[in-house]
Amino acid sequence: MRAQRRQRLILLILSAAALSGSVALGLSALRQNINLFFSPTQVRIGEAPSGRAFRIGGMVVPNSVRRNATDLRVVFALTDTASTVSVSYTGILPDLFREGQGIVALGAMQGEQFVAQQVLAKHDQTYMPPEVSQALKAAQQNRERSRSRSAQ
Amino acid sequence: MNRFTAPLWVFLSLIVLLGVGLTLNPRELPSPLLGKPAPSFALPRLLAPQQNFSTAQMQGQVWLLNVWASWCAACVDEHALLLRLARAERAVPIVGLNYKDDPAQASAWLQTLGNPYAYIAVDRRGEVSLDYGVYGVPETYLIDQAGRVRVKQVGPLTAEIVEHSLRPWIQKLREEA
Amino acid sequence: MIAELGQFALSVALVMALLQAALPLYGAHKNIPAWMAAAKPLAYSQLFLLTAAFASLTYCFVTHDFSVAYVATHSNRSLPLLYRISGVWGGHEGSLLLWSLILALWGGAVARFTRRMPAPMTARALAVMAMIGGGFLAFILFTSNPFTRLLPAPLVGRDLNPLLQDIGLAVHPPMLYIGYVGFSVVFAFTIAALLGGRLDAAWARWSRPWCNLAWVFLTLGITLGSWWAYYELGWGGWWFWDPVENASFMPWLAGTALLHSLAATEKRGVFKAWSALLAVLTFSLSLLGAFLVRSGVLTSVHAFATDPARGLFVLIFLAVICGASLALYAWRAPRRVSPVRFALLSREMALLLNNILLGALCFSVLLGTLYPLLLEAVSGVKISVGAPYFNFMFAVIGAPLAVCIGIGAWLRWKKHQLAHLPRSLSVAALLSLAAGLALPLLSGKYSFSVALGLTLGIWIMLTTLAMLWARTARGARLRDFAATPPAVYGMALAHIGVGVLIIGVAVSNAYSVEKDVRIAAGETFSLAGYDFQFNGTVKAPGANYESIRGEFLVRKNQQLVATLYPEKRTYLVMKTPMTEAAIDPGFTRDLYVALGEPLDDSAWAVRLYYKPLLRWIWLGALLMALGGLIAAADHRYRPLPRRERETEMPLRH
Repeated sequence: MRAQRRQRLILLILSAAALSGSVALGLSALRQNINLFFSPTQVRIGEAPSGRAFRIGGMVVPNSVRRNATDLRVVFALTDTASTVSVSYTGILPDLFREGQGIVALGAMQGEQFVAQQVLAKHDQTYMPPEVSQALKAAQQNRERSRSRSAQ
Repeated sequence: MNRFTAPLWVFLSLIVLLGVGLTLNPRELPSPLLGKPAPSFALPRLLAPQQNFSTAQMQGQVWLLNVWASWCAACVDEHALLLRLARAERAVPIVGLNYKDDPAQASAWLQTLGNPYAYIAVDRRGEVSLDYGVYGVPETYLIDQAGRVRVKQVGPLTAEIVEHSLRPWIQKLREEA
Repeated sequence: MIAELGQFALSVALVMALLQAALPLYGAHKNIPAWMAAAKPLAYSQLFLLTAAFASLTYCFVTHDFSVAYVATHSNRSLPLLYRISGVWGGHEGSLLLWSLILALWGGAVARFTRRMPAPMTARALAVMAMIGGGFLAFILFTSNPFTRLLPAPLVGRDLNPLLQDIGLAVHPPMLYIGYVGFSVVFAFTIAALLGGRLDAAWARWSRPWCNLAWVFLTLGITLGSWWAYYELGWGGWWFWDPVENASFMPWLAGTALLHSLAATEKRGVFKAWSALLAVLTFSLSLLGAFLVRSGVLTSVHAFATDPARGLFVLIFLAVICGASLALYAWRAPRRVSPVRFALLSREMALLLNNILLGALCFSVLLGTLYPLLLEAVSGVKISVGAPYFNFMFAVIGAPLAVCIGIGAWLRWKKHQLAHLPRSLSVAALLSLAAGLALPLLSGKYSFSVALGLTLGIWIMLTTLAMLWARTARGARLRDFAATPPAVYGMALAHIGVGVLIIGVAVSNAYSVEKDVRIAAGETFSLAGYDFQFNGTVKAPGANYESIRGEFLVRKNQQLVATLYPEKRTYLVMKTPMTEAAIDPGFTRDLYVALGEPLDDSAWAVRLYYKPLLRWIWLGALLMALGGLIAAADHRYRPLPRRERETEMPLRH
């Protein structure tokens, strides 16, 4: 009987250790690897971190896409209809990258420019990444608020 | 709580979380334009480029303004619904605002898929769309007899939106008039 | 007309499913043989009706019946026949129908191949499967009917999503669904056993071949999906830790754990409650996957067109099915600790360790997938979890798992003396460590992750081969190899597959060379010892797309290695651009060219990759699937022959 109890105890300790170990590990790994999401307005008012990677989302401003003649650098403006941030990216843009459509980019601010390591456009027909539509919504609500304030 | 019921509790909290997640997906956006006069404009027509379409033409009618483009995949989603709307009895006229599109491609697109629009205004540089605060395409506005925006739908229309939002509004506006 | 027939078949199938869910269950409860016996004909009728419904929809696709809304939105006049057929499951509604058909197929298989199972067990299991089937049929009929008419009918149809016009994606969903749904069989057996109060070794014995088979298909489905993403998305990656991918990976991890714990339950009668819980969890995770993919709660690059109303339905369904089964588990799971004992060093312990580690892996994937949702629900902050998190977790938890694989297969059941572990194990450890540490030196760029991956991979292969060798005696090798049961070979093959996969992942991740370059016609670019010469582009029309095709000559040491033709397609109806990468596959390396966009008259932005040992990843996965298949076919798992059954039956009642 005692052997059996000891065996159960060992099992219990083992699984508890594995579970808490993986939770602790997971949470600390998560903390280092999450990417926060900011809208162009949040970037403009300085809410976004400098020198740390984050995601930015918005609509590509029509006619703003400029390609370098010699290398693969692309610069375009990203807007949530209230503010605009200039984004630069070196490489090949996804198939569904288009002016006037929502995209999400991952990268960091360098001075006034967002330098993207990765640009994502949705790979199906769904309309817009939810983060982008929410950022757009927030921008418009703010504008509405400031408009009514200035009217008073 | 013992080790046999624990999975059940963990699972139930997961379900609550997923339920909350389901409510977090916003599609219908409030617009500063709601209840306000729709910005007026006059633009060339897609299928009759010599003529202009002007919002003044729609004065006294309830009508839909649908922003679309031939390059927009989601527009195809709502197209069948628009066709059905246009052919329904006592239909409201649908005006298309062709957003940043190549006119030739736009016409070809309508030829393959069918044309639900009473008029199509061409907004090549997206200036009018900017006045309306268009986030992207497609978007649809319901405008009343006095030219005020009553409903704004971001993203493709669905049968549910038509039934639960557009139809009741149209009926109400017509009864008031 | 045909569409109405399909619709009718679906409605009747729903009625049949409700009958099948109720009658046999009540019959088993009250011990009425006739009611229990109704389960099998009802299961066959479901199979027949759903085949009819599926055939109707396929007919509508093949004959271009665009008056059916689903066909009009997922097909096109110029769509080739193959994609008209695979288009049937190219969208939400049709893929649900495929799900239901596959469930009916598994149901039919259960009815056909369980003649030797006690009648109440079969009756209950088929009733549980009918509950699941009924839920999905109701989902189809009330929220996602593929047979809805669209009048007036459009003339040409709006075409299938170009990403899905591909052989890989034509085969991927059926495989994946056969896997997902296959776990419903084990789930149903478990619920039936819990209901009957007989969660015993016999239950594990019946469940194992079904579990193996479902696992094989899920493995194949995931592999195909990864292969497709590699060549079709144009990014050259084979796994993205995207929520949709994770949704298929979580049931796989849980299913792998189940596979191993069922072995211990069958052979030794241990971990009964745990295996039952795993069976419930594996299927629940399959359903959770369906929810995540179809509800739109998570941002994903390749989710279905999403709809919160559908999400709500799946969520309620998930809550009912899994909530009820977990409640049943809480109520009926065996409380008594099994009297069977085992030592710290034993096969049981190794399997337990395997389960704990696989469980931790599954949990970390779940955490990474749902954490953005959790954080948003709590604080409104929007985040995403990067691939480094998942990679880190897999390295940390996966490495000890790989070590266990090597030792576990050697251990005896119950108790193993440390002294009886053969010397060959320490030889294998030394050899793999030496090879793993030394081999990266050859590359010129030392990488510790490669050293780790190679060590683990070689360790698994050496120990597994040595285990097979040790089963044979000197002088009778051939006879003993022939006498080794297929299940052992299956296990060995699957484990070697894990080793191959680990090596492929480590080497291709560390030594891939990827470059986005600007290249003009006539220019040459050198990458990893290969010279890519660009010969310009030509226009090449396709059936339902226009294409620009580039030509690349690839040379190594002036020797022509391959001629590659990457394409940039524009699908005519949807106006969607698509990148078709050109790949020269090889056992030791892949060369990958994808056209980006035209820059000026003759220059293009082009993506060039050199990926060593990439094929090993899928080769490893295929070996695993093959191993699972061989093990599932082992006749030792088959139910007992009739003669034995007759003597056995009275004991069971």
